Amino acid sequence: MAEREPSESPTGPQAGRISQADIEVGRARIVRPDGSHDADAVPDLDDQQLQDLYRWMVLERTFDERMVSLQRRGELGTYASGRGQEASIVGSGYALEGDDWLLGTGREAAAMLLRGVSIRDLVLFWRGVGDAAKFMAEENAMIAISIGSQLPMTTGAAWGMALDDAESVVAAYFGDGATSTGTFHEALNFAGVLGVPAVFFCQNNQYAISTPFEKQTRAGTLAQRAVGYGIEGIRVDGNDVLAVYEAMREARALARGGTPAFVESVTYRMDAHTTSDDPTRYRDESEVEEWERRDPIDRYEAFLRSKGLFGEVDREGIVEEVEAEFRAGLEAADDYPEGDVEAVFEYLYAELPPNLEEQLAAFEALLEERPEINDYIERRPKG
Amino acid sequence: MQATIVTAINDALHTAMAADDRVVTLGEDVAESGGVFRATEGLKEEFGDERVVDTPLSEIAIVGGAVGLAVYGYRPVAEIQFSGFLPPAFDQLVTHASRIRWRTRGTWSVPMVVRMPYGGGVRALEHHSESLEGAYSHVPGLKVVVPSTPRDAKGLLLAAVRDPDPVLFMEPKRVYRSFREEVPEGDVEEPIAEAAVRREGEAVTVVSWGAMMEPTTAAVERLGVDAEVIDLRTIAPMDTETVVGSVEKTGRCVVVHEGPRTGGVGAEVVARINDDALMYLEAPVERVTGFDVPVPMLAMEDYYLPNPPRVAAGIERVLSV
Ligand SMILES: Cc1ncc(C[n+]2csc(CCOP(=O)(O)OP(=O)(O)O)c2C)c(N)n1
Ligand SMILES: [Mg+2]
Repeated sequence: MAEREPSESPTGPQAGRISQADIEVGRARIVRPDGSHDADAVPDLDDQQLQDLYRWMVLERTFDERMVSLQRRGELGTYASGRGQEASIVGSGYALEGDDWLLGTGREAAAMLLRGVSIRDLVLFWRGVGDAAKFMAEENAMIAISIGSQLPMTTGAAWGMALDDAESVVAAYFGDGATSTGTFHEALNFAGVLGVPAVFFCQNNQYAISTPFEKQTRAGTLAQRAVGYGIEGIRVDGNDVLAVYEAMREARALARGGTPAFVESVTYRMDAHTTSDDPTRYRDESEVEEWERRDPIDRYEAFLRSKGLFGEVDREGIVEEVEAEFRAGLEAADDYPEGDVEAVFEYLYAELPPNLEEQLAAFEALLEERPEINDYIERRPKG
Repeated sequence: MQATIVTAINDALHTAMAADDRVVTLGEDVAESGGVFRATEGLKEEFGDERVVDTPLSEIAIVGGAVGLAVYGYRPVAEIQFSGFLPPAFDQLVTHASRIRWRTRGTWSVPMVVRMPYGGGVRALEHHSESLEGAYSHVPGLKVVVPSTPRDAKGLLLAAVRDPDPVLFMEPKRVYRSFREEVPEGDVEEPIAEAAVRREGEAVTVVSWGAMMEPTTAAVERLGVDAEVIDLRTIAPMDTETVVGSVEKTGRCVVVHEGPRTGGVGAEVVARINDDALMYLEAPVERVTGFDVPVPMLAMEDYYLPNPPRVAAGIERVLSV
């Protein structure tokens, strides 16, 4: 076991202090806001992949726009847009591999799609169709609505991977707000103790609904928390897709080697928290405009141009393609069958226990006897 | 003044904070934005950000912090954004809030309120729809209050803030804005632990509370039966006397609640009737409740929620015996 306290570590009346002022974390960045970059730092991706990242970011943006307008038309319950966070979502999702798990929070659509979840299933999820989570689980993905609640199970699933000598990692996706929960602390600490292949990917988008980062913590950064758990921390410019990709690759490799990693991706939530939120109540338009100028897609476009790779990219063509994909996904969601009463009782246990069997039978009988109950059962929103 | 439940709650918070400067409001998004349901709107502007505090995202810190404030002598009103997010803080309620008076043999106490919107029918995501008053009322030392009208929302919340013990104040968010009624201005309290008889009748007693009062009342009206409708208002400690007194008169009873059936508050109501009025019963007590499952995702949630025809079926069943 590594020695915790080297003998040369200083002692004395002034020793033993640690302060915020000692910590200067910085931020990993590869592409500067004007698109200029250090050629050596560009990750080892071929031209095709570099262009692919662009396509995925445009997909995230288009998907968010479509979902927000669907919700406005009453065709979704609610929706949490990732607008402004495209580099963070895509760069991280692109770095995951094979059988990696993704335990998310809902604001990572493209990362879910990269894992193999379909557009149809994301639409179904926001329509409140229970089966959506079944299809996500089939792709080793889940969305946890209770903030921070998926973090201990991230550690546990990664533990299982370690016991199995699996090649994969568990990536937890969550926001800055989630880092204030008790489960965050308990999960990262335990992951550190066990040395399991867990990657904790935090999108610090500056807000938890109306609560700004400064009210979430007195610490200067989130990444520095990693030190307290003896795991590795990376703080990355979350509007630089290549830097996020690289950070996530590194975190994944660390985790595979037995050192869990915590990645703080510093970005900004351009849209409302969800479609039910009104951000003008708590933040200045000028702040939003400032971040508008740091648009991750524009930055990456400038990068591709400087590499001479943008000539072959046809943004309008991509948008059209993505919209066609979205329409197909939406149609599939519209066609997805309505559930019946049984769906309310199914899957709670491996086998329906007698009390539920009884309740189901009684309810089915009542529905027959009093069809007027159906007047109180609204069909789910559809196109 | 005319108020909805949510504006009545807002009014009660303003009144409580103006009357006692040791009342402090805390929770996620309560200050700057006035709460996701606007229940705390205007408090920060009126009482400042020392007494109206946006907390980090931690239910444990909110409830546990409120316990500490209360023990020290403040009167915290903590908001949990949705009751589905109380579970992390359940530990603080069970381990400390509910038993500090008992533990310290009366030396310390926890005069705090935890407010939280509860219940289904608002087309929200998972964990935004549950009604677990049964579980919370099982914790000795907690009071559990569930208003169903604007007037009660104001009066009971004011009483809860002044109550010497911890009160879990569950707000029926489905009917937060669905109707208005006249609510008295100023400082008015409604008594905790007293049920309200909403309608007098001889044929059957129907007991409910919170958001289920609506389908219950609708079913009674539709059937045109001479029912006595009781709004329990406080789940713990329960006003057994009003329920039992009514059942002695009617001989029949239906309990309606949204939470799961097994171990629900309905079971407790039945037990109390058995204890005190069994011989008056002319029919078994009927329960119309949620099923023993999590509230389904929004596309299916209407299958779960008791509605007027389901309540009517329950009433007809006890009347048919
Ligand atoms: C335990 C818990 N408490 C409260 C909420 C209500 N809520 C939903 S999202 C949210 C803010 C989350 O902020 P953050 O973690 O920064 O993620 P973001 O939404 O910014 O992506 C809150 C308070 C919740 N879902 N879960
Ligand atoms: Mg956030």
